[in-house]
Amino acid sequence: MVESLIPLLAILCPAFAAPLILLFGKHPNIREGWTIAAGLAMFSLIFSMIHTVLSGDVLDCVLFQTIFRDSLSGYLKIGFRVDAFGLIFALTSSSLWILVSFYSIGYMRSLREHAQTRYFFSFAFAILGAIGVALSRNLITMYIFYEILTVSTYPLVAHDQTPEAISGGRKYLAYLMTAGVFFLFGVIMVYVLTGTTDFTNGGIKALSALAPTHKLILTVCFFCFLLGFMKAAWMPFHSWLPTAMVAPTPVSALLHAVAVVKAGVFGIVRIVCYIYGVDLMNSLGLGLILACIAGFTMIVANLFAIAQDNLKRRLAYSTINQLSYIILGAALLTQDGIRGAMMHIPFHGYMKITLFMCAGAIMVASGKKNISEMAGIGRAMPITMLAFSVGALGMCGIPPVVGFISKWYLCLGAYQASLTYSPVMIVFLFTLLIASLLDVVYFFPIIHTAFFKEPEDGDGKEPKMKEAPIFMLVPLTITAIFSIIFFVAFILRAVGVFAPYMDILSLHIYDLVRIAVGNV
Amino acid sequence: MIEQFPILVVAVSLISAYTILVAGWLNRKSSCFISIATITFQLILALFILYHVLTRGTIHYWLGGWAPPWGIEYVVDVLNAYVLLILLFASLLVAIYSWRSVQSELPAKKTVSFYVLFQLLITGLCGITVTGDMFNLYVFLEISSLAAYALIAAAGGRALKASYNYVIMGSIGACFYLLGVGFLYAVTGSLNMEDLMRLLPPLYGNRMVQAAFVFFIIGMSIKMALFPLHLWQPDAYTYAPSAVSAFIAATMSHISVYALIRVIFSVFTLDFVKAYIGMDLAICWVAVIGIIAGSVLAIAQNNFKRMLAYSSISQIGYIVLGMGLAPATTWGFFGAVAHILNHTLMKGCLFLVAGAFIYKAGLRDIREFRGLGKRMPYTSAVFTIAALSMIGIPPTVGFATKLFLMVATLETYNYAFAGVLLLNSLLELVYFGRLIERIYLLHEEPESELDGGTRDEKKIPHSMLIPMFIFAALCIIAGLFWLTSLATPLIEPLTNLCTGVMP
Repeated sequence: MVESLIPLLAILCPAFAAPLILLFGKHPNIREGWTIAAGLAMFSLIFSMIHTVLSGDVLDCVLFQTIFRDSLSGYLKIGFRVDAFGLIFALTSSSLWILVSFYSIGYMRSLREHAQTRYFFSFAFAILGAIGVALSRNLITMYIFYEILTVSTYPLVAHDQTPEAISGGRKYLAYLMTAGVFFLFGVIMVYVLTGTTDFTNGGIKALSALAPTHKLILTVCFFCFLLGFMKAAWMPFHSWLPTAMVAPTPVSALLHAVAVVKAGVFGIVRIVCYIYGVDLMNSLGLGLILACIAGFTMIVANLFAIAQDNLKRRLAYSTINQLSYIILGAALLTQDGIRGAMMHIPFHGYMKITLFMCAGAIMVASGKKNISEMAGIGRAMPITMLAFSVGALGMCGIPPVVGFISKWYLCLGAYQASLTYSPVMIVFLFTLLIASLLDVVYFFPIIHTAFFKEPEDGDGKEPKMKEAPIFMLVPLTITAIFSIIFFVAFILRAVGVFAPYMDILSLHIYDLVRIAVGNV
Repeated sequence: MIEQFPILVVAVSLISAYTILVAGWLNRKSSCFISIATITFQLILALFILYHVLTRGTIHYWLGGWAPPWGIEYVVDVLNAYVLLILLFASLLVAIYSWRSVQSELPAKKTVSFYVLFQLLITGLCGITVTGDMFNLYVFLEISSLAAYALIAAAGGRALKASYNYVIMGSIGACFYLLGVGFLYAVTGSLNMEDLMRLLPPLYGNRMVQAAFVFFIIGMSIKMALFPLHLWQPDAYTYAPSAVSAFIAATMSHISVYALIRVIFSVFTLDFVKAYIGMDLAICWVAVIGIIAGSVLAIAQNNFKRMLAYSSISQIGYIVLGMGLAPATTWGFFGAVAHILNHTLMKGCLFLVAGAFIYKAGLRDIREFRGLGKRMPYTSAVFTIAALSMIGIPPTVGFATKLFLMVATLETYNYAFAGVLLLNSLLELVYFGRLIERIYLLHEEPESELDGGTRDEKKIPHSMLIPMFIFAALCIIAGLFWLTSLATPLIEPLTNLCTGVMP
């Protein structure tokens, strides 16, 4: 346990940037400068914490004590505690924030969007919420940042201010605030039952001690948490996510592929591994239920995705599917499953953000939103579509993209579960494989349409398409390249060549996952 | 020296009321400044009182040197001092705000009488807060109520009917209280609260005492507009001048709540409540019904101030729910006491915002609020903070209340009440969310765009903006305050008070 102010400083970066963004609303270049500066500062602060965490320590930062008594440590504290798992999520969000900020600049300016100041202001707060969720030390702190995340993303979803956007925003708020209510119930229930809400390696002991007598309440409480993490978009509570796609694309990219939805699955993994603990989950039989929900979502979301013609909506359903991979990984309650789940958080983030940024780039360059209109677009925008293909391959779990590795571990986890718990768990291995197959079914047609289909020559007068502006092109290329680098790093680590350099490039994610899994 | 301050708070205020009357004859504009100066002075006194109470313990002041059971005694403990501070702080902000608001809403000749009544109202409320005598409390209750009736009627028109309604209902409430005092006096022969607390325990079985308890609850429920005794309140809040609705909503209703808390916990004590099984639950259920009913009715309103009025009914329910839970858990009592401050800040802020909307362009109907975010950016921002606070988004005051009451309900395994609290925050989301949506997201209608150039709009003066800003900032600061251990010094004395331990 190392006392450190770095987590607080990292959180303060966007908090300071937000008012400055408002203040410089009339000078767009300076305003965006603040966003970028805050992003860089925050990322380097978070990156600097890796060293300590890799040495097996945690960083501890207490903001203040509350007036509630805590059974473990005097008073309930509000503050941060950076462990390997939290750091994985924080690294993902903060590194992608920088890239998406550049992308936003290109996107917002090319489309001459209105209310850009409000947009960047809310964005900064959303990131604050996401990082806060990642680094928080207990459920109460997490709840606070979770709600900030919900509120601050609402103006982003309703950004267009069209009737469609407004009703989308309304739905978004209705779903996620209801979720927050359930979350709060769960938090306080855990506090009342155990007198603490700290995330503990292996779960809170006092909670598992209650298992024989309080079976029902523990189960109900778990479902409240599950409803509370509606941000993870598990079915049947997923429909806010496709609706939220009315938001500008950078929002869909960062928030609805990384920050917001990952906060949801992150929360579920936290609950499973650090509040309930694997043993308690198993003895209550909750793992199986959670796995069933996740398996159901994976298959059904993919079937929905096939039916979508709007590219962003198809990606949204793909996100719902991939999020359930993570939930399933945690629900399997095996080491490899959890490892796969934790890896999938950053990897899916990088891959899915590539796909969304490509969708946005296509929209800016050609104004096309539907897949059926995209015939031949690969020839006009080769770089964008190559990046898209990389992301799509990753989604399907095909090497050399990193999606393969997390899926590999998830499959291993399912197999392990069938050995340790019950042979029936092998079903989930097949679910994973079928879901991956369905991924192929809806991603490959897009690539096919883009590269191999002749554009329909209506009148031949359509303006010649070009690549999107450089501000958008570079970030999406970088994320695509990183999706491959993570894979290469994994191979090279095994071989032992260039390992130190590759570790830094891959943000030490493999080491962090190893430590995080060790903690569970 | 500080022992003298409780009487000073009341006396200065009373003298100031007459000073305003005289000075107002000479110079109409001076009245507001005298009022502000007086309240500032009172506020400083209140700060000293709180400091003294926290460090040295309860203040007992005997009026005219007469010993308690016979003479009137002023008793100030932590709860009084805390409520007094909130009251005077809110009064100060509203007084500053009222300077321009009253100018625009009332005819100039009414200004002086407005401030005289305003100061009398504050006198009455301060008196209720500091007194330790049941009958003296009634006297101050009447002073404040009469002033309030007149202030509400000051707007004229429909406010007259609203005020008349309030006169009838308020008088009935005061009568119930007075009857309660009479019954207690008949049985015990004492009017002093501490004395009564000592004399009552053997008489708990006495029908007169039981009737008195019920009368107190009914009387004060009318005064604080607890559902279903709220009927006077929506009209009164809607048609009164903005500054008055803000003041009454933010302070007066809470002073009635304070009086009820004082009667239940310091005169009857928890032993009495506990002696009748199910009474605390009954109080909780009444509160819970009020919470939901208030919110549902608020959703149905189109008039902004009326919506806030119904929302107040719901919020008063929170406080009463906390009181009802007090026998089972100290967090209930703590939540109730905390919500007195929290609701003052939130509702004060919201009513001031309502006044600003009226000041700007006479906007009362929420359907006219489209696009206000552009026209009034600062007021809208303040409104948003207060609205988020009402919904209970952390780290605002609304969240603090929700947290305390949730812990209280779940500690006692009252899942239904917890469910109601959570459901209510969603209902609040509905009626404040639609406003936020209108203000920021809906564009102005094209026709109003046309005459946009010619529209004669006043700028919101700083004297109105700053009080709103302070309220909004405090919504967040106080929210953090309740979470941190800074609030710890309040816990022990309040717990003692709640459980009836004499300090």
